[in-house]
Amino acid sequence: MIEPGSPAPEFTLARGDGEKFTRADLEGTTTVLVFYPFAFSPVCTDQLNLYHEVRDEVAARGATLYGVSCDATWSQTAFREQLGVAIEQLSDFEPKGETCRAFGVYHPGGFPQRALVIVDPDGVVKWSYQAASPGDLPGANLIFDGLAT
Amino acid sequence: MTELGSAPVSPLGPEDHVSGPASAAVVIEYADFECPYCAVLSARLAATSLRRAFRHFPVRSSHPRAWPAACAAEAAGLQGRFWEMHDLLFADQGRLEDPHLWQRARELELDLERFDEDRRSDEVIARVRRDFESGIRAGVVTTPTVWAAGVLHPGKIDEGVLDRLGRGAGRDTRYHPLRSD
Repeated sequence: MIEPGSPAPEFTLARGDGEKFTRADLEGTTTVLVFYPFAFSPVCTDQLNLYHEVRDEVAARGATLYGVSCDATWSQTAFREQLGVAIEQLSDFEPKGETCRAFGVYHPGGFPQRALVIVDPDGVVKWSYQAASPGDLPGANLIFDGLAT
Repeated sequence: MTELGSAPVSPLGPEDHVSGPASAAVVIEYADFECPYCAVLSARLAATSLRRAFRHFPVRSSHPRAWPAACAAEAAGLQGRFWEMHDLLFADQGRLEDPHLWQRARELELDLERFDEDRRSDEVIARVRRDFESGIRAGVVTTPTVWAAGVLHPGKIDEGVLDRLGRGAGRDTRYHPLRSD
């Protein structure tokens, strides 16, 4: 996966409102990209619920959390609304997995690895982490470790 | 800004809710009152001779009534009835709305006005949050999670772990004697 110190790659993701989210949106702010395998799956549900609970503490550190998956925006929106979480979702649906590949987190099974990437305001990867298995849920403590690096 | 980076499970302190023999092996449970697996674990721990500490780990979007229930337990604790409220909450997880919490408070003969004021107080909210944040720092991601003999066990804990601890294996002696409440 992409290593700290690397510039974030060029990419395009779809926001829930149909607008694009690109590398330019990373500049000027700290961004935490939460790559997760599947909307509505059990571990992804627990992960977004957990991270939602600490989003204010993430924001207090000047950072913003985003969920990234290969699900369509409609699916991501339904997922977010069902959970009642405020973490914005970004879709890597078409071309499928292109952004995941650019960050080196595309699983051969056709979905994102469970991974966290923190990009600093200059567009450089500050910290990255990939779970040993897509079934492993990284604790929220790791995000704060990454932000503190 | 609250420190939330990685840290070991915090040692037991005077604010912790602890029950069981002082000489027994210690287990720390991170749990919430709306979680059915936590209710099962609670019953299992109550049947052991382990020394157990309960810490709140409510995640609102998973279990929306877990936070108010945690605050109710803490408010009961301020009147010396934490464990009784703990047991009543786990005994009927389908009834965790405010009238159900008041009913439990009446059943425990709490000062209802004080209970209602306390459960909404900054002090109680901070107390619940303190537990939650200690869990976050330790890498807790789900409920129940049990810390035993230096190891975190997320989700359903293996039967053998509690049995072994109950027989004295894995006893942790790092903690000082504690009061029970």
